[in-house]
Amino acid sequence: MNKKRNTVIAALLLLAALALILILERILPPTHIALAVLKKGCIYSLVAVSMNLLNGFTGLFSLGQAGFMLIGAYTYAVLTIPAADRGSVYMYYGGGIIHFSVPVIVGLLAAGLLAALFAWLIGLPVLRLKSDYLAIATLGFAEIIRAFFQWDELGVITNGSNMLRKYPSFSTTLYPFIVSAVCIGIMVLIINSSYGRAFKAIRDDEIAAEAMGINLAKHKRMAFCISSFFAGIGGALLAMYQTSIQAATFRSSMTYEILLIVVIGGLGSVTGSCIASFLFIASSEWWLRFLDTEMTIGNFHVPLLRAGFRKVVFSVIIMAIVLFARNGIMGNREFSINGIFRFFKNPGKKKEVKQ
Amino acid sequence: MDFISKNLPYLLAGISVGGQYALIAIGYTMVYGILRLINFAHGDIFMVAALVTVYSTTVMPLYLSIPLTLIVTVALGLLVERAAYKPLRSAPRMSVMISAIGVSYLLQNLALYVTGGLAQTYPSIPFISNTVQVGPATTKMVTLVTPILTIILVFALMQLINHTKIGMAMRAAANDFETSRLMGIKVDNVISVTFLIGSFLAAVGSLLYFTNYASVIPTSGAMPGLKAFVAAVFGGIGSIPGAVIGAFIIGICENIIKGLGWTTFSDAFTFALLIVILIFKPTGLFGEGATDKV
Repeated sequence: MNKKRNTVIAALLLLAALALILILERILPPTHIALAVLKKGCIYSLVAVSMNLLNGFTGLFSLGQAGFMLIGAYTYAVLTIPAADRGSVYMYYGGGIIHFSVPVIVGLLAAGLLAALFAWLIGLPVLRLKSDYLAIATLGFAEIIRAFFQWDELGVITNGSNMLRKYPSFSTTLYPFIVSAVCIGIMVLIINSSYGRAFKAIRDDEIAAEAMGINLAKHKRMAFCISSFFAGIGGALLAMYQTSIQAATFRSSMTYEILLIVVIGGLGSVTGSCIASFLFIASSEWWLRFLDTEMTIGNFHVPLLRAGFRKVVFSVIIMAIVLFARNGIMGNREFSINGIFRFFKNPGKKKEVKQ
Repeated sequence: MDFISKNLPYLLAGISVGGQYALIAIGYTMVYGILRLINFAHGDIFMVAALVTVYSTTVMPLYLSIPLTLIVTVALGLLVERAAYKPLRSAPRMSVMISAIGVSYLLQNLALYVTGGLAQTYPSIPFISNTVQVGPATTKMVTLVTPILTIILVFALMQLINHTKIGMAMRAAANDFETSRLMGIKVDNVISVTFLIGSFLAAVGSLLYFTNYASVIPTSGAMPGLKAFVAAVFGGIGSIPGAVIGAFIIGICENIIKGLGWTTFSDAFTFALLIVILIFKPTGLFGEGATDKV
């Protein structure tokens, strides 16, 4: 009974979000910052959840996310640039060697699959490492991937260190919303399956998990590939959002940003990651923007305000969260309809949400 | 002869960069030895040191600005430790690492704000900026000064660690954090001294490193930082001679690769080396083995 009610409410909430986006698109001018924030927020939610699957649910501290996004973005772009435009995009490489283009949906899937394939290959040696060694090795792989994509010899495919552009992108916010929602939905199903329980067991205690008959190598590899698959799709969406991409922008600082989003949302909380993504993007790109312009109230010239101050305030806030609210917004709980009901029924009691 | 004259500049540059990496790597390896923390902010502290030099030389002579750089960098290192790592001493190791990433993000954004996003021209320091002729190659004096200075500093540091009381405390804390605390060692002080030494060497490293480069940008600490960390892992994390040898090997290999015309892969090579060493000898060249206990 309760389960049915919750499904209905969840579906209604999703529909309401869709309707809200549709309405916003109608009433706001297409260049409004809110729409850009929504689009980027959707993409970052997907990437953050994929990173959370690995770091929060499986306990594998990987810092390779930017590398897998890069693979996804490039795969998508390389495969979908219309054949007619290849001459102008690959102008330094005689039009490149690929002379066909695939539909968008095939490009997206290929982006995920190639990222997962790379993850599988990288995982063979790297997943034997533990905690911070794993972190630094995956970070290293992301840098190696970046160097490869900028390599001149591969220019006929990757356009070297030049931009890739003119591939199909999306105009409506619904597109990244729906793709991200579907992908996150799949990840939630995985997390709630027996595989997901195995992942959590590995996170909580590797040795105990192994003793319980969980094949560590297999499950770690699986988590790594799944996470990379969705990071690849996220990268492809990011490419679509930006309309042009360059390997040089997928630096380790991108991974750090996503990691901070995951931590702010709460390691091990899917909804936390989503909420944190939107908050992160909105505050870094929109709400704090007033800090970047000089301001005079009456005769008082507010000090410190100038370009770049927003980022400083923003990183101070992040540090405060990391230090003082170590569990993030959601901890390892999930936003659930039952929890809301309970909250309203017993407003005096502290909210206790069980999964 | 032709081969030597062609490759000598790269070899010299490699030795020089290696020495600079070594100075940064010591900070990583000492902190890791005691706290088991990859101090991701160390590279950014190195960058801040360079910015302090840039800004202080505009208002004061060099003989004041260099000591000021050293002092400010050390103070920053201590501040970061107190503010961002100490409150998390009992937290899981990953929380501290995330905090370090947060500090790195903060320092980079702060630098971006202060510099306004413009590359800052690094002042030329007399004597070490002078050009000098070594056989067939022309290079800066810093190329010759770096390895010598590095070796002197490392020697002094080894004396400190092996023959003083605080050095003994550091070795004890690195060996067993909890037990050394029980033995009455003020571990917090030991950690502060570790950060002090690390930041000091990073500041010296920045003076040498940026003399070879025209300018400083907020992200210019990230790559040398990561490479120095790789050097520390390569040499066996926790071991100071290991870090120094690892740094020289990485610096030389990287420049030889550049000399061969593979500049795109000079960064990638470092990480490839890291992965190879982690797979075949995870404890590094001089590291001590550790066993997992149930």
